[in-house]
Amino acid sequence: MSVYVIKRTLMMVPMMIGITMISFLIIHLAPGDPTEMLTDLNPHSSAESLKKLRELYNLDKPLAFQYFLWVKDIAILDFGTSFSQDARPVIDKISERIPITLLINALSLIIIIVIAIPIGVVSATKQYSLFDKASSIFVFFGFSMPTFWLALLLMILFGVILGWFPISGITSFNHDQLTPFYKLVDYVKHLFMPVLVSALTGLAGLSRFTRQNMLEVILQDYIVTARAKGLSERRVIYKHAMKNALLPVITIMALSLPGLIGGSVIFESIYSIPGMGQLFFQSVMSRDYPVIMGVLVIGSFLTLVANLLADITYAFVDPRITYD
Amino acid sequence: MINGSSRSYARIFINKFSRDHLAVAGGVIVIVLFIVAIFAPFLAPYDPAMINTKNILAEPSLSHLCGTDDLGRDVFSRMLYGARISLTVGFVAIGIAILIGVIIGASAGYFGGWVDDVLMRFVDLMLTIPTFFLILAVIAFMEPSIYNIMVVIGITGWMSVARLVRAEFLSLKTHEFVAAAKALGVSNIMIIIKHILPNSMSPVLVSATLGIGGAILTESALSFLGIGVQPPTPSWGNMLTLGKDNIEFAWWLSVYPGLAIFITVMGYNLLGEGIRDALDPRIN
Repeated sequence: MSVYVIKRTLMMVPMMIGITMISFLIIHLAPGDPTEMLTDLNPHSSAESLKKLRELYNLDKPLAFQYFLWVKDIAILDFGTSFSQDARPVIDKISERIPITLLINALSLIIIIVIAIPIGVVSATKQYSLFDKASSIFVFFGFSMPTFWLALLLMILFGVILGWFPISGITSFNHDQLTPFYKLVDYVKHLFMPVLVSALTGLAGLSRFTRQNMLEVILQDYIVTARAKGLSERRVIYKHAMKNALLPVITIMALSLPGLIGGSVIFESIYSIPGMGQLFFQSVMSRDYPVIMGVLVIGSFLTLVANLLADITYAFVDPRITYD
Repeated sequence: MINGSSRSYARIFINKFSRDHLAVAGGVIVIVLFIVAIFAPFLAPYDPAMINTKNILAEPSLSHLCGTDDLGRDVFSRMLYGARISLTVGFVAIGIAILIGVIIGASAGYFGGWVDDVLMRFVDLMLTIPTFFLILAVIAFMEPSIYNIMVVIGITGWMSVARLVRAEFLSLKTHEFVAAAKALGVSNIMIIIKHILPNSMSPVLVSATLGIGGAILTESALSFLGIGVQPPTPSWGNMLTLGKDNIEFAWWLSVYPGLAIFITVMGYNLLGEGIRDALDPRIN
C-alpha cells in the first residue's frame, strides 16, 4: 500500500509539468508578441508594464528557455508581482483568497453529499416510483439551470423581495462592532446564498450518478445471495448494496472539483465574495497576467491534490483492488 | 438486405423516440428555437437595437411582452435575436470539440500502444485544469468576441468526446470487417474514416446534443460576466448582466433571458437523453 501511495504521489510530478506547459502555452496563444496585443487592447497599459511583462516571462529569450525560467520560479512559488497598483507578490494575493473559496466549496460539497446520496439511493431502490420521477425531473432542472441565473433569482427572492439575506460581500458594514456570536451569524447570512447556489449546481450530477450505481449494484450476484439468505430488504440495501455503490462516488467527487472551483468565478463575482474566483475574474478584466497565470497553476494544483487524495482513499476503502 | 435492415433500424429508433414524451418535447423545443433564430427579424415586434429613452425599464405589458431595458429597448425582441447567438455558439463550439475529440480519440483507440498512452495522459491533464479557469485565461490573452468564445469553448470541451470515440474504436477495431479491410490493403486513414468512424457515431451524437446545451451555458456565463458576446449585440447572457445591474427595480430583466437559456438547455438535454435511450438496444 505505501508503495502505491508513493508511486501515486510521484505521478503528480509529470502531471504538474504538463499543467505548467499548457498554462505557459496560453501566454503565447495571442498572435505575435503578447506584449503587442497588450498595447492594442489595453490603452491604459504603460510602456512600463510592457517592460515588466517582457522581463517577467523573458519574452526576448528562446521559447524553451522562457519556459524553463518560468518553471524555475514557480517551483519556489514565485509567480512575480501583480501588475495592479499595489504591485504585491502574486502568491500573497492568491493565498489570502484561497481559504474563503475552499470554505465555500467544502460546505457545498458536504451539502451535496448529504442530500444527493440519499436521493440517489432512494430513487434507485424505488425505481419508477413517484419519488424517482420527481427526482429525475429535479436532476434535469439541475443540469439545465445556469448557475448565475439561479444566483440572480435567489438574490431577487431572498435579497430584494424577502430581505432575509444580504446580496453581496461576506460581512456587514458593522461587522467589527458585533459580538463573536453575531459575527458568526453575520458570516452565515452572507454565505447562505453562495453556498446554496454552489451546492444546487452539483446536486443533480451526484444524485443521478448514485442512482445509476445503485441500480447496477442491485443486479449483482452477491445481492441476490444476500436476499436468498433471507436478509431483510433494509439490510440488503443499506448494508450490502450501498457500501459498494458509494465507492465510485469518491472518484466522482474528486472529478467534480474542477467544475466547482471553476464555478467559484461565477458566484464569487455575483455575490462579491473576496475569494480566488473573484480575484481571477478581476485579473482577467484588468489583464493582470502574473495573477492569471498564478491562479491557473494553483487552481490546477489543488485539483491534482484532490484527485490524489481521492485515489488514495479509494485504495484504502476498497479491499478488492490491489495495487502494485 | 442491408437497406431493409437499416430501414427497420431507423424505424425502431423513430418508434422508441416518439413514444418518449420528454424526448419529443425536447425535439420540439429545439425546432422552435431554430425557427425563432432564423425568422427573428420577422417575429420581433421591435428593432432590437432601437433605443427609446422615454420608455426605459418599463414593466412587461401587452406592447412590451417582456418589458424594456435601461435604454428602453424591447427585451422580447432582443431575446429573439439572442437565440441566434446561442444556436451559433452551441453548434460551432461543439463542432470544434467533436472534430478534435474524434481525431484524438480515433488515433488513440485505433493505434493503441504509446500513441494511446500519450493522448490519454493529455486528456487526463486537460481534465485536471478547471475548465472555466482555462477558458477565462485564454480569453484574457485574446480579444473577447463571439468567434474567440466559440473556439475557446471548443478547444476546452473535447475530452469526453475523445474518451467515447476511443472506447468505440477499441472495441470496433477487433471486428472482422476491419481485418478484412486491412487484408484488402486499405490504408489506416481510410479504415478509420470510412469503416470504423461511421459505426462509432451514435454515442458521439448523444454527447454532441448534450454538449450543445453545455456550450450554451458556458457562453451565457461568459457573456454575463462581460467577457463573452459584447454589447450591443444581444445575447441572453449579456442581457442578464443588465438584470443584475437593475436587480432591485427590474425583475423582468433577470427572469426572462434566464428562462430562455434554461428552456433551451433543457430542450437539448431532453433531446440528447431521448436519442441515447432510443439508440440503446437494452431499453424498450
